[in-house]
Amino acid sequence: MALPLFPVTEDPGPNLMALLEKSGTTVAIGGGDHPFTAPHATTVAALRYRGGVVMAGDRRATAGNLIAHRAMEKVFPADRYAAVAISGTAGTAMEMVKLFQVQLEHYEKVEGTTLSLEGKANQLSQMVRSNLPMAMQGFIVIPLFCGFDLARQVGRIFTYDGTGGRYEEADYAATGSGGRDARSTIKAGFREDLSEDEAVDLAIAGLYDAAEEDSATGGPDPLRGIYPIVAVVDNGGFRYVAEDVIASGFERLIARRSAERGGVGR
Amino acid sequence: MSMPYYVSPEQRMKDMAEYAQKGIARGRSLIAAIARDGIVLVAENPSKTLHKISEIYDRIAFCGVGKYNEYDQLRVAGVRQADMKGLAYSREDVDARSLANAYAQYLGHVFTEGIKPLEVELVVAELGNATRETRLYHVAYEGTITDREDFVVLGGDAGQIADRMDDTYVAGVSIAEALRTAVAALAGPDRTLGPDLLEVAVLAEHNGRRCFARVVGAELEAMLASAEA
Repeated sequence: MALPLFPVTEDPGPNLMALLEKSGTTVAIGGGDHPFTAPHATTVAALRYRGGVVMAGDRRATAGNLIAHRAMEKVFPADRYAAVAISGTAGTAMEMVKLFQVQLEHYEKVEGTTLSLEGKANQLSQMVRSNLPMAMQGFIVIPLFCGFDLARQVGRIFTYDGTGGRYEEADYAATGSGGRDARSTIKAGFREDLSEDEAVDLAIAGLYDAAEEDSATGGPDPLRGIYPIVAVVDNGGFRYVAEDVIASGFERLIARRSAERGGVGR
Repeated sequence: MSMPYYVSPEQRMKDMAEYAQKGIARGRSLIAAIARDGIVLVAENPSKTLHKISEIYDRIAFCGVGKYNEYDQLRVAGVRQADMKGLAYSREDVDARSLANAYAQYLGHVFTEGIKPLEVELVVAELGNATRETRLYHVAYEGTITDREDFVVLGGDAGQIADRMDDTYVAGVSIAEALRTAVAALAGPDRTLGPDLLEVAVLAEHNGRRCFARVVGAELEAMLASAEA
């Protein structure tokens, strides 16, 4: 592999996409016409709490009415202080996340500083926009982005539409086929002063309700030990919530709801 | 009409080498040393923003001395090559040897074909894992490449500093110990180098996937002082 050196006037700077284009490397995002059913990923949610943001996603991928994958991961670290979650066409979305992660790291290494949270959100917006031709063919990817803004010391959440439109959400957001149901639950339970544990529990409840109403969203699977993925971003950075914490969160939720109903019924 | 001067290849190489060496000798020196639990990279550099030491990839670091704009261009090319390779194949397929070779090819090419040689000397350091050894690749201005398993000294007083390192370097010590040895060798017997004049970074497993971390402020002071404690 030769050294990627460019004349000063044609240097792509810290822009990974421009670098790949100039180097003639093909990128999966953009173009294409494939008349088949691709696996689909659904329901991711994020909400703000006192110290940052919580992001959660179910594990199911579907292809039409079939379950394509039971343990898919949809919540990823974007970099140290940001998280990205995906809904939509799984393959394209995973490629987008991978490129996004590398782009943020690439910028950081080339420039010697990190992008602002807003800069990262805009970068992702460009990636969604470049996928528009694919989205028109049905291979749409809708990410959800959140992170801890070090300059303002708050958690922030961004949603996107298929054209790359970027919207900052005040408190919470959810996308994917079960997003509406997850959002309703989170909306009902949201308070300005949620603690981290409360926010994690609320995200878990949101996903549980989404899985109840939407066939494409997977619920907890104690048989195989597969639980939705929950991550936290605060001023210490990104971290995944431990699986046993998530499992016990679901147990408590089910016990509480069962008690509220007054026992098991129809 | 004037005839072009004839310059013998030997003379041309000699002139080129002398030119490059002069350029490199103007700058201050740098040491890369392998410790028990990582690699320590230390340079005499009063600037806090114009770095001689940088991150290339998860387990790979770059050190350059000489002309800043020239080695910085090579650093950026290294980051690009590594990131593109990691995207095309896998993160674990990115290795320092191939990058050091690319640098050597390029420097060698410019040395023989260019109007002037690049006034730089580089180290590509790689922290080993289950499949690769911890290694330092030293690439000189004319494209000579050597690999080392102990330490490399770059820059102006490289010869003298390397002599001091030969006497004091011990394999298998901690990162902090290796740092103090390197700083003492950089400083020499007649002066001491404080944290303000040093640029320090480490490649260490405990930093997570991205092993590279700069050591600054209180952490650096503590590492430099811990021998006396």
